[in-house]
Amino acid sequence: MTERRIRVLIGKPGLDGHDRGAKTVASVLRDHGMEVVYTGLHQTPAMIAEAAAQEDVDVVGLSLLSGAHMALFPRVRDELTARGKGDVLLVGGGIIPHDDMDSLEGDGFAKLFGPGTPTTDIATWIQEEMEKRFEREGEEA
Amino acid sequence: MSGAAETTTDPRALWEEALNSAKLRDVDFTTLSGEELKALYTSEDASFDEERDLGMPGQFPFTRGVHPTMYRGRLWTMRQFAGFGSAAQTNERFKFLLAHGQTGLSVAFDFPTLMGRDSDDELSLGEVGQVGVAISSLADMETLFDGIPLGEVSTSMTINGPAPILLAFYIAAAENQGVAPEAIRGTVQNDILKEYQAQHAWLVAPEPALRMITDMMSYCADRAPQWNTISISGYHIREAGSTAAQELAFTLANGMEYVRRGVAAGMDVDSFAPRLSFFFDSHLDFFEEICKFRAARRIWARKLRDEFGAKDPKSWMVRFHTQTAGVSLTAQQPENNIVRTAYEALAAVLGGTQSLHTNSMDETLSLPTEKAVKIALRTQQILAEETEVANVIDPLAGSYFVEAQTNRLEAEAEAYFQEIEERGGVVPCIESGFIQSEIHRSAVKYQRAVERGDKRVVGVNCYTEEGDGPPEIDLHRIDPAVEREQHRRLGELRSTRDEKGAGEALEAIRAACRDGSNLQARFVAAAHAYCTLGEIAQVLREEFDQYKEPKIL
Amino acid sequence: MSAAQGVLDRLVTGDRTALARAITWAESADPRFRAVLTGANERVGRGWRVGITGPPGAGKSTLTNELISAHRAAERSVGVLAVDPSSPFTGGALLGDRIRMDGRTSDEGVFIRSMASRGSHGGIARATVDAVDAMDAFGLEELLIETVGVGQAEYDVVGAADTVLVVLCPGAGDGVQALKSGILEVADVLCVNKADLSGAERLAADLEEAVSLRDVEPHGGWVTPVVSCSAGTSEGIEDVLAALSLHRTWLEDGRLEAHREARRLAQVHRALAEAVDRELWEAFGWRERAVRLLADGAAHYDVVADLIEELRVQTRTAAGGGASER
Repeated sequence: MTERRIRVLIGKPGLDGHDRGAKTVASVLRDHGMEVVYTGLHQTPAMIAEAAAQEDVDVVGLSLLSGAHMALFPRVRDELTARGKGDVLLVGGGIIPHDDMDSLEGDGFAKLFGPGTPTTDIATWIQEEMEKRFEREGEEA
Repeated sequence: MSGAAETTTDPRALWEEALNSAKLRDVDFTTLSGEELKALYTSEDASFDEERDLGMPGQFPFTRGVHPTMYRGRLWTMRQFAGFGSAAQTNERFKFLLAHGQTGLSVAFDFPTLMGRDSDDELSLGEVGQVGVAISSLADMETLFDGIPLGEVSTSMTINGPAPILLAFYIAAAENQGVAPEAIRGTVQNDILKEYQAQHAWLVAPEPALRMITDMMSYCADRAPQWNTISISGYHIREAGSTAAQELAFTLANGMEYVRRGVAAGMDVDSFAPRLSFFFDSHLDFFEEICKFRAARRIWARKLRDEFGAKDPKSWMVRFHTQTAGVSLTAQQPENNIVRTAYEALAAVLGGTQSLHTNSMDETLSLPTEKAVKIALRTQQILAEETEVANVIDPLAGSYFVEAQTNRLEAEAEAYFQEIEERGGVVPCIESGFIQSEIHRSAVKYQRAVERGDKRVVGVNCYTEEGDGPPEIDLHRIDPAVEREQHRRLGELRSTRDEKGAGEALEAIRAACRDGSNLQARFVAAAHAYCTLGEIAQVLREEFDQYKEPKIL
Repeated sequence: MSAAQGVLDRLVTGDRTALARAITWAESADPRFRAVLTGANERVGRGWRVGITGPPGAGKSTLTNELISAHRAAERSVGVLAVDPSSPFTGGALLGDRIRMDGRTSDEGVFIRSMASRGSHGGIARATVDAVDAMDAFGLEELLIETVGVGQAEYDVVGAADTVLVVLCPGAGDGVQALKSGILEVADVLCVNKADLSGAERLAADLEEAVSLRDVEPHGGWVTPVVSCSAGTSEGIEDVLAALSLHRTWLEDGRLEAHREARRLAQVHRALAEAVDRELWEAFGWRERAVRLLADGAAHYDVVADLIEELRVQTRTAAGGGASER
């Protein structure tokens, strides 16, 4: 019998300093029973991916409000894959136009959350996704 | 007990009985900041001495405004923050705004510029020109103001960590236009303390950053006396999630810290305090915001005169710019944002602001489109020209509610000043994360209140519509070509400038870092030598301590 | 078991994701962890383990960061295990220690892992020792364990570390308060951080006096040194390193095995006490018994005496069979 807890990394790639959303989501995920690693501001894609690898997280959530998501989000995905972490549940949020959300969701991101998404919806969505994953792992083991 | 109540004729008791026995709406009767509100305010709630606590407009303690004439003399400055893409694109937008009646310029920079990185720095990838204009050198600054006479416009630049360097570019650009520093007018935000607390665009650790600021204050007192050296900003603190009282308290505490530093550096308080200005948020709680502006003026006047011994009345005045609350805008039903912004603008004007930026309805989705920007500007013009609110000075003074809330906010701010002092001052409170965690706590509390439905947001948790998803408005996108063009321009600059002169200018900065001589003059010289922002910032990063955010979660 | 073998193979050949996965298994009490550790057993015990504890705000993270820098400058690899508290209500946790160490993330000689305490109260998590064992087996040389740091003395770190560094600073973690909470018993090195603040000298003097007056000698002849530093500006870090190194030399002078054994024993003792307490109180029904006895008007010491006597009788019965029938 194992005691799995959902481990999440919340990362802020790029130079944008707006961390209100990232920190609020981190607090809410904690309140939903998850263990949340927050790596702070001004991270490169490689730093986020390396932290995710060392922490062996199940979920990586990226927050970005500067408009650089189309340049930086796919890089984080590539850096994760390069470290054998291509299988994490990868999600993102911030000021992201719908077209970009669609394009990222078709390109390695499980889900993008736009402005105004209730934080509890984010938490619930992650919980449900991870339950499915844990179940699948259980069947495989 | 009930017998007495039945027979009373006391109007107050009768009213209380009527209120207590009535069925009221099932909502929290609190301010946006979560403060309990009474149903009715009377003279008992609002103790104030008209002479001592309000004064006359243009007179101590300036509760009623900093000018004797207020908007009868001159309307507030309509100053729309703008900047995106390349310097040439922003230059066009500036000319568009000036042609439509805007009276001052306000520059938004992209994140690389805000963090002191050149457009071709590895860390700038994807960020160039995204949220503001990319300025990596004097050459970019010259393009930005091409055809705009710097001796005639007033310019506000929202820049902090590298503010001394950007001001140097501006001074150099003016000089190249034949305009002396003595003639330039405007403001750099340059409020580094709130960067550590809320906005997070810093260059180096607090102590060396504060030294650069006092160097700039001293340079400008000598050379550019019409330049406002710091715009002490509550805006970002509020946007990061603080309450109104926290915005007020932390902003003024930061302001007092700058004054202390200036005095400690040997300057006479009256030589620089008149060049300090302020920048506040105007949020949706109409009355709380108006009272916040009034309290800010009164607190600052008392502190500067009574604690810092300033003698020049200009040192006592809170002159401030206001921006409507970006965080109050919603992605859902974005046209509603026009209405929110209008109420917030009205509060700023009734609170006596000197200048105002009104947000565009599409700013939660991307940079504003030209149409949205025009509506935002028109919102101010309607307020100024059609509503007649600009005719009477401080029209809400004496309202029991307004005076009671003004007093309440002043008291809350004083309590924070005391706590900050007990914790060793503003810098230790930044290093320990005290201020950041106070803001974070308020942000989480508000978010929970919205998600529980205790605080209503139209289009988000009430009056929602089917298909509130993708908005129907056009979006403004930055062409990735801007980044490539900036790389090209920087390459060209480095290959055509006098390398030796640039290198010497950088070494002069390094020497000043070590020997304590004034850095601002060195920055201006380096600007003229076409040293880039990133090169100058790199010297500072090498010479000074770095800042790491505390763990505050 | 093949998954475990795969992780073991990769762990011993320096694959960081294997180390990361092994720690996850340790944390989730996954049986595969035992298989990995058994396989790597010979490699454990080479790294040096320093526990870093102290009250909140004393600057543990900053000091840890400085120690990492110093070890890296000496070209020694570093493993960091940073423990943060789990919420007793939701079980969730915010793990923010990496924020202050972010310059180290891209350094291949450093491996940092954040860990939630998951209900343990001794300053580290149940899986902390396992995780450090895994780092040790991986080959990291300097192992730093940063405890939760919520205020009270965090004794469990003693069982996890070769050297315990207690960090205090003037103001935040008051020295006298720290002494009362038994910090001297766990400290191999006492460090006064933020030495530039007023009160730092006084705190250092108080600590030295307390060390010299100590009549019980819990450390087998080791005299706990008191050092001062300002982790923010790196001042005094070399003194901290020297004190740590002195303790290491002292232990390695024939005392290490006994030291580790005694500490592991102490750890078992405390864990056992906690487990026995939980077992008796809840599963064994002492809680209800105590409620009844108190309701009957017994004084609290009578309740304790009563229950302990009952335990003795029962233990004798279980152990000796007929021996107690006299």
